Amino acid sequence: MIFDFDTVQLRDVSRHYGRRRALSRVSLAAGAGEIVGLLGPNGAGKSTLIGVLATLVAPSQGDTRYGDRTIAELGGHLRHRIGLLAHELLLYPELSARQNLTFFADLYSLDSRRVVPEALERAGLTERADDPVAGFSRGMRQRLALERALLHSPRLVLFDEPFTGLDDHAVGVVTARIRQIASTGSIVFMATHDLDLADGLVTRVALIRAGRLESDAPAEPGLRARYRDLVGR
Amino acid sequence: MFSRVALLVLRKDVAIEFRSFEILSTTLFFAVSCVLVFAFAFVKDGEVVADAAAGILWIAIAFAGTLALGRTFERERYAETVRALLLAPAPRAAIYVGKLLGIVLLLTAAEVMLIPLVALLFSAALFARPLLLVGLLFTGTVGFAAVGTLFAAMLVRSRTRDIMLPILLYPITVPVIIAGVRGTAALLSSPPDEAVALMWISLLVAFDVVFLTLALWTFEPLMTE
Repeated sequence: MIFDFDTVQLRDVSRHYGRRRALSRVSLAAGAGEIVGLLGPNGAGKSTLIGVLATLVAPSQGDTRYGDRTIAELGGHLRHRIGLLAHELLLYPELSARQNLTFFADLYSLDSRRVVPEALERAGLTERADDPVAGFSRGMRQRLALERALLHSPRLVLFDEPFTGLDDHAVGVVTARIRQIASTGSIVFMATHDLDLADGLVTRVALIRAGRLESDAPAEPGLRARYRDLVGR
Repeated sequence: MFSRVALLVLRKDVAIEFRSFEILSTTLFFAVSCVLVFAFAFVKDGEVVADAAAGILWIAIAFAGTLALGRTFERERYAETVRALLLAPAPRAAIYVGKLLGIVLLLTAAEVMLIPLVALLFSAALFARPLLLVGLLFTGTVGFAAVGTLFAAMLVRSRTRDIMLPILLYPITVPVIIAGVRGTAALLSSPPDEAVALMWISLLVAFDVVFLTLALWTFEPLMTE
């Protein structure tokens, strides 16, 4: 049976790369249905935080609890419940959309004959399913990458700059999908620089600067002004 | 679960290679060019320098292997698919084994082309003891690829990976190259020295066991940032 959880909690998490502190004593929690916006300037530590939540980066100090368990207790099985969409799309450009999704479905022990056609339809790529991803536009690739990340219905969904390089239509598709997965009980963390898009989408805002959590509060209108107050630019 | 994931990774790598033929073609071209250049240097008036065939065969395998290792992981780095692999709920050691099998397959393809070429250009009796030659090539290729796959995976995020890979790989795989060269030279001697070849195969088996165990043990912690 696959382990499940409905809260994620970072407890005093620090991550050092040599003398550089990418994260410094960050404590943050989120529950099912929440969309937490991770905001901050370049190099603030947002991507490192996403990496820690994804179990790809080991904290130098502190721990992350998925429900009441840690990665050390749960091992690789925890990854059944985690999905990641990064700025890099984590897709093989030489393979077709169908081959990419089938590979990841098999890797997650899913029924690829069922989930892959559904995912292709959600991405609007049924007609192009057998074309190599290298020939897709940025928007098409992003939609496919989004469905790849959500193929296994993860509880914890991590987005690192999901709107980069997308046109208005693609932004609308990705935004709607993020709202939909949160409404089904997923916990969403989204690192972004796009304050206008985050405003109205996120339910909580965590502001990070120089590896420190400066603020963690429910989202309110006027995100840009609040960001300027706290970050100073 | 373990073997299923390893085979999935292998199947994916083969599917990508069938689409592009990029690594196979460059590796084969490089290996053949290498042997041809050496043939011009070491064969004069039909006379071949003693043991040159054995040395050149293994140098070509090592150089082509380094090229294949670099390109295979460059492919995983390009769209950060290595992160997607590491995020899968699968034993990370199985991912290592899948990548290792892909490299062994590529090198086997290179060897299938290199053996007749070396036999022809250097008048080497490489087919005199085919089973022992296959034993040497298989154990040597696995040993070289076992170390190389681990280092190439470790260096995938390093900016100096192209320089660091040979610097790290060659000193550690020197025993593989020496065993391969001496074992092959023993098979090429007249009459073929089977006992010496078997001794080198045993050494290669020991090397493979040690480094495969080490790689399977260390791959997970090494790949966590």
